[in-house]
Amino acid sequence: MSRAEAISPARVKDAAPLFAALGDATRLGLLVSLCASGPLSVTRLSSKFAVSRQAITKHLDVLTEAGLVRSSRQGRERIWEFEPKRLEDAHQVLERLSRQWDDALDRLKAFVERG
Amino acid sequence: MNITSTDRIEKQIQLRAPQSRVWRALTDAEEFGTWFGVKLEGRFVLGAQTRGKITYPGYEHLTMEVEVERMEAEALFSFRWHPYAIDPKVDYSGEPSTLVEFRLESVDEGTLLRVVESGFDRLPAHRRDEAFRMNDRGWAQQLVSIERHVAG
Repeated sequence: MSRAEAISPARVKDAAPLFAALGDATRLGLLVSLCASGPLSVTRLSSKFAVSRQAITKHLDVLTEAGLVRSSRQGRERIWEFEPKRLEDAHQVLERLSRQWDDALDRLKAFVERG
Repeated sequence: MNITSTDRIEKQIQLRAPQSRVWRALTDAEEFGTWFGVKLEGRFVLGAQTRGKITYPGYEHLTMEVEVERMEAEALFSFRWHPYAIDPKVDYSGEPSTLVEFRLESVDEGTLLRVVESGFDRLPAHRRDEAFRMNDRGWAQQLVSIERHVAG
């Protein structure tokens, strides 16, 4: 239980927009691209996806809001890069639910093995 | 035992009990409630909803609701639910649910049970937030009751 309790409600609340940001195929694709190729401009990113530049920019804004990517200006272009730290949080939240299943299954085990 | 994505949780556990015993503990609503900690009204029926009150002290105002999706004799039991105790005053019917699947397999020592809960990525962010907060308190309370039950 100590491990599960280590995640405060505040941190859990913090993780909610993260899951929302990940729940979209294009955004996941953008994230995977930035992961694989390193920092990229919107122009380079839009060449990889069958959606408009504007749509890509919108998706990147959502990802930025969730803390998954960050951007910096290089000359006239904005360069986007993956921010890996937040993904660890998503895993921690799911790990908590995972632990709850462990506890429930332990109780099931005690229940069916009794007598 | 590993988390393979943010969308699903997978578990497996070996139980020293016959497959028929485990099947009953999962699909008999009363038995399910005993180990899970919920007092379900009525039976689990294919395609139908079953609901019941959480039985932990201080959490009796919360309700759990499941809709049975598949029941394949002693092999597969699955249901959809909102993966946390819910507020009876809120209508959750239009919101995405997660799918919980129990797969049973007979092995030499008893029964191998695999559990997969999937669909987390589709949950609305504000419900996730609520779910995590409720689970946080709910499950801690649950563990205390089990300890008391086992020790007593």
